Amino acid sequence: MTTPLLEVRNLRVQFPTRRGLLTAVDDVSLTIAPGEVLGVVGESGAGKSLTGAAIIGLLEPPGRIASGEILLNGRRIDNLSAEEFRKIRGREIGAIFQDPLTSLNPLYTIGRQITETILTHLNVTPDEAKQRAIDLLNEVGIPAADKRIDHYPHQFSGGMRQRVVISLALAAQPKLIIADEPTTALDVSIQAQIITLLKKLCREHGTSVMLVTHDMGVIAETADRVAVMYAGRIAEIGPVAEVIHHPQHPYTVGLMGAIPNLGEEVERLTQIDGSMPRLNAIPTGCAFNPRCTRKGEVGARCTTERPSLMNAGKTQAACWLYSEGAATNTTNTPQSVAA
Amino acid sequence: MLAFIIRRLLQSVLVMLTVGFIAFSLFNFVGDPVSLMLPPEATQADRDEVRKSLGLDQPFYVQFGTFLGNAVQGNFGISLRLGRPVSQLLAERLPATLELAMTAAVFGLLVGIPMGVYTALKRDKWTSKVLLTGSLVGVSLPNFLIGIFLILIFAVWLGWLPSFGRGETTAIGFWTTGFLTTEGLKAIILPAITLGFYPITLIMRLVRAEMLEVLRTDYIKFARARGLTNNAVHFGHALKNTLVPVITITGLQLGAIIAFAIITETVFQWPGMGLLFIQAVQFADIPVMAAYLCLIGFIFVVVNLVVDLLYFAVDPRLRVERSGSGGH
Repeated sequence: MTTPLLEVRNLRVQFPTRRGLLTAVDDVSLTIAPGEVLGVVGESGAGKSLTGAAIIGLLEPPGRIASGEILLNGRRIDNLSAEEFRKIRGREIGAIFQDPLTSLNPLYTIGRQITETILTHLNVTPDEAKQRAIDLLNEVGIPAADKRIDHYPHQFSGGMRQRVVISLALAAQPKLIIADEPTTALDVSIQAQIITLLKKLCREHGTSVMLVTHDMGVIAETADRVAVMYAGRIAEIGPVAEVIHHPQHPYTVGLMGAIPNLGEEVERLTQIDGSMPRLNAIPTGCAFNPRCTRKGEVGARCTTERPSLMNAGKTQAACWLYSEGAATNTTNTPQSVAA
Repeated sequence: MLAFIIRRLLQSVLVMLTVGFIAFSLFNFVGDPVSLMLPPEATQADRDEVRKSLGLDQPFYVQFGTFLGNAVQGNFGISLRLGRPVSQLLAERLPATLELAMTAAVFGLLVGIPMGVYTALKRDKWTSKVLLTGSLVGVSLPNFLIGIFLILIFAVWLGWLPSFGRGETTAIGFWTTGFLTTEGLKAIILPAITLGFYPITLIMRLVRAEMLEVLRTDYIKFARARGLTNNAVHFGHALKNTLVPVITITGLQLGAIIAFAIITETVFQWPGMGLLFIQAVQFADIPVMAAYLCLIGFIFVVVNLVVDLLYFAVDPRLRVERSGSGGH
């Protein structure tokens, strides 16, 4: 196996509050290989965006990395000084945020914002930077880029602005892009275009992507592997087709069952009873245990001992069902969602 | 853009007409000018004669028209107290007041903006807290008290700076300036600080509040995610976005500074328009008061117009260009 581009080891993000420490990201480990697209899904508050923010070093205080390591190309980056980390942002790790309407500074032309990013990171002349900005805009599909470069953000539509944001993220040729809900704020018809564009550009540039979203459709279309997060922990991680078609963790199973499928008559979509626990009330053992339909099968362990990721089918799931000694094993997989 | 300017100009004319009317009414409110001008023993015939020669027998709107016509040409009559043309008096005093007001305003911006940025960026430092608390004092202390304190400390105790007057001035054409002599420069320091104290604290608090707001926005987060330097993020991206409200307040403050100069000029015996006005009030010198009112009104109108135009320079969203819209 090649060395991963990004490796996150046992990351824990905490927020000190008046009522004690809240652990928003708890013992998360994941890797992203060069050129790979890793999808991160989960409900609101599952810790997926915070994981992304921790990786690019933009956790907002008082949030902080309490323990764990983040390695980029084998080099530890989570303990760098603010100035050292700044040089990595944009240059080695790019970012795309949710709302293209507010991601661009309204007072500067898009050309200025792109050249500014290029000049910050690359050793080029202003003219070369401008040419590169025009090339980038062409590449993300902005027509008449040489003219539009002098336009202000408000002169672009939402979809066009997200294209500009993507060109900004790619401006200094980073190896990894953290895309936090890149299509959520967009019109459905434009979402597909943006996802296709992002996918195409990353393939061409060999850029890895960590795609944070709650939209399984986007993940299914884009990602190579997917991590499912629940209450700050990874519930299941594995190849995207496996996780979607043969989910192992009871939470993933429930999640997939809740997705409507076109061309199939279903009376009711299944739903997971209850809701995700609040950060100050995460149950002991498996965080999902109060809502789990299968917790009786492996005894009391679910409520007392926290499961780590275990091999389960072709994925890894944090569930005692798949521990070595468990009676019910992968032979008795939960009903998979029809392909 | 052009339509906007024309509309604003028309509004300005309306404002000036109103101010002119109020100034004109002063003459009638404060009593009959004829009885002020003539000795008590003058006969009725004398009175009628004077009344007629001054045009005071005309109907009110004709008088107002004449007043406006004269005012537009800069003719506000003769000062009752000094017996010289009012326009000439004001022209002599205008440079002193404008130099003081401009120095105070520049001082307010140069000190207020950096302090606002600093207290926003280093929110938790004790220096920020000291500045913020100090600014409360600045907002609440009356102007004249600050002036008197400054005189006490720097003029009386330390003896570094003069306590009154404008020092030595140099005449450049009609304009007399105090900026070219050391004496003049030393003399303007205390009054400018006194006058600029309130704007400093106001601008500082405003910039701080706006900065905190802007620093939370997505485009600042995105600018950080692009790896821009802190200076580029704070001063290039954040500060510029705080400028629109700052320009508004500074513009209004500039008008207020010129008007407030009355008090500072009195404390420091600064030979500006404010001092002239105070003396005019004591003497019921109506032509001077009316002219001062019109002039201050005019300055306010001009400053507001400039502020509106500055918005266009700062915020591209206000410039109406329809050429480039398109996309999806």
